[in-house]
Amino acid sequence: MSFPWAKHYEPKAPLMRYLDEKLPLPRLVYNAIGGGYPVPRNLNYWWNFGVLAGFCLVLQIVTGVILAMHYAANAGVAFASVEHIMRDVNWGWLLRYAHANGASFFFAVIYLHIFRGFFYGSYKAPREMVWLLGVVIFLLLMATGFMGYVLPWGQMSFWGAKVITGLFGAIPLVGEPLQVWLLGGFAPDNAALNRFFSLHYLLPFVIAGVVILHIWALHIPGSSNPTGVEVKSESDTVPFHPYFTAKDGFGLGVFLLVYLAFVFFLPNYLGHPDNYIEANPMATPAHIVPEWYFWPFYAILRAFTADFILPAKLLGVLAMFASILVWFFLPWLDKSPVRSGHYRPLFRKFFWFGLIPAMAVLFYCGGAPAEEPYVMLSQIATAYYFLHFLVILPIVSMVERPEPLPFSITEAVLGSDKQAVLGENTTPAT
Amino acid sequence: MIRLIGILVGLGFTVAVLWAFGSGSAAVIGQGYFVEPTAEHEFHEEPKPLHLASDGPFGKWDLQQLQRGYQVYKEVCSACHSLKYVAFRDLAQLGYSEAEVKATAASWTVPGVDPNTGEATTRPGTPTDYFPSPFANDIAARAANNNAIPPDLSLMTKARHGGAAYVYSLLTGYQEQPAELLERFPDAKTGTGLYYNPYFPNLNLAMAPPLSDGQVTYADGTPATVDQMSKDVAAFLTWTAEPTLIKRKQTGWAVLGFVLFATILAWLAKQQVWAGVKPKRRED
Ligand code: HEC
Ligand code: HEM
Repeated sequence: MSFPWAKHYEPKAPLMRYLDEKLPLPRLVYNAIGGGYPVPRNLNYWWNFGVLAGFCLVLQIVTGVILAMHYAANAGVAFASVEHIMRDVNWGWLLRYAHANGASFFFAVIYLHIFRGFFYGSYKAPREMVWLLGVVIFLLLMATGFMGYVLPWGQMSFWGAKVITGLFGAIPLVGEPLQVWLLGGFAPDNAALNRFFSLHYLLPFVIAGVVILHIWALHIPGSSNPTGVEVKSESDTVPFHPYFTAKDGFGLGVFLLVYLAFVFFLPNYLGHPDNYIEANPMATPAHIVPEWYFWPFYAILRAFTADFILPAKLLGVLAMFASILVWFFLPWLDKSPVRSGHYRPLFRKFFWFGLIPAMAVLFYCGGAPAEEPYVMLSQIATAYYFLHFLVILPIVSMVERPEPLPFSITEAVLGSDKQAVLGENTTPAT
Repeated sequence: MIRLIGILVGLGFTVAVLWAFGSGSAAVIGQGYFVEPTAEHEFHEEPKPLHLASDGPFGKWDLQQLQRGYQVYKEVCSACHSLKYVAFRDLAQLGYSEAEVKATAASWTVPGVDPNTGEATTRPGTPTDYFPSPFANDIAARAANNNAIPPDLSLMTKARHGGAAYVYSLLTGYQEQPAELLERFPDAKTGTGLYYNPYFPNLNLAMAPPLSDGQVTYADGTPATVDQMSKDVAAFLTWTAEPTLIKRKQTGWAVLGFVLFATILAWLAKQQVWAGVKPKRRED
């Protein structure tokens, strides 16, 4: 597809030839994830997470559609219908645990996929569109996960929904009417539960659509790689099939081992016990916390405890949304022509000793009660988070002197590249 | 331009959050503590360790213990607590025969309808009935329990941090309020109709100590100490919270074994495929 040496699909069997003429679906697959897609030969396992995210999406859709056959989206019976799934539906407990933990592992995979992008500069030209679509997928995934967590109608479902939709109330003037309109009432109730179920069923298919665009956009420049040096010649690549189908297949096995260990042996470890108490608008839980995958953003939300020109609550909401929206601007904030963190000494230091610890602190504090010292810790981490993306990255990319890059992927892998020796291409590789 | 706006926005958020940090840390320094010490904060205790046969990846039900726990529930807790997600038929999983399930179901009174007049009455339970609630509604439950509702116990061990160990600790944890507590927090004195228990999050609950030594007579001769009964009922509630627990773990081993085998094959396949293009490791 993307490189002149990509192999062409040549169906041999008469049936496949017939199909190729009428509906070239096998050709599409061949060019997307088969022998027709040349991939850099040096991809490491960080490049496995895209395929794993796709697997998670399919897993969530399959388990979700079956759960929906037994689930009842009515505030009076939703909680009991989930217990009915757990107790009476054949293998219902497996479906539900697979779906609930599937959501957690989906997020874990997506986070690793995104941080792969941060480190290796995957967001840079010519892959900005791939990155932008990825951030869109992440936002849709957050919406889906949030609404899914409301469906079992436990205490955390209810109070989480109340807190998160309450954020809209912080918007000046239109906030409160907007919140009532979104919920279909003053607090989450049957109307909210029904629309959340409808959207929770819909959004994964929207995600699937955006995933197709994401992959489409990716296949124009082709995958990046750990050196960040663009593909120059055929010796830099191998066909996706069988090389990466085999490698990703092994990665999928390892992923499944960890994921299934949770499903079968620790299925409630990532959840909150309060969600096994039916929703009760009269009893507020001691600590309202969202699912673990929202913790960093929840910590940012709660870090703004003092008014500063704007009211504290509004600042928190703005900062929470801004903390994800900055990712959209990353391709233009980080102007360093070198992609990979391997060759960026200064960037690398800020990544490992700044961004990663700050994220770790935000993760931890988001799940902790809104008490000191957690609030103070998340304030420092929040300050660093914004400085990192909006101030440090632009400045680092201007002042940093990157380390020498290999001439090509082939040279990086084999130690030498015949083309380099021949001097065929002497422009600096970026 | 984007970068200029970005830097300004970034500095804006940073200054705002550091401002909040400043006022927060000033407050902490002024007070001299992070979190205001409260009785709950100082005297609450984590659950005591409890080991059940069903624990761990190789856990199994101890049916004898579950039957004893059911007896405690039936003879003691059911006076106040419902078990609404469990049906009498489920008791067959505890090793009771069909006749025993029928008999125990019939020993419960469940709401019914008079077939002649259509009026609400009661009737003996059948195996398909669910455990009935001891109170007609929440108001009746509150009225009988010092304004607290005894929660349904079906999911109790999944609905609290610590699970079965929490239930066990709560049942065995009643004690006099420590003198030190009263000294430091005179306002935290246990109110009338409440009972001090350091395992309960706010230290005082409306459930009177439900168990006393010898309260039930176990058919298998196990001495019915408070400790023993608490363990047994905690084990029983582990089962009610997830009757499929052991099946889940057993299925897990079969599935993990299969996936491990498939993953090893995938590894070998990957090595085979890549053998041709893998660079020879350079000696260094
Ligand atoms: C006389 C009525 C009564 C009996 C008998 C009784 N309980 Fe309770 N129980 C209550 C009440 C009332 C509460 C609510 C306490 C509160 O919220 O302050 C409660 C609460 C509980 C809780 C929940 C504590 C929490 O964390 O919210 C558990 C667990 C519990 N009971 C277990 C049992 C067990 C097991 C038995 C049988 C051995 C039992 N109870 C017998 C009245 C009773
Ligand atoms: C993007 C993919 C998806 C994500 C991230 C996701 C996430 C979640 C989460 C976090 C829950 C709460 C789990 C719990 O605590 O029980 C949930 C529940 C549920 N989801 Fe999804 N889901 C996805 C796709 C789907 C799809 C495609 C469907 C249906 C077609 C679906 C149907 C349901 C149903 C019926 C429930 C309630 C039952 C339950 O609580 O287990 N989900 N989902």
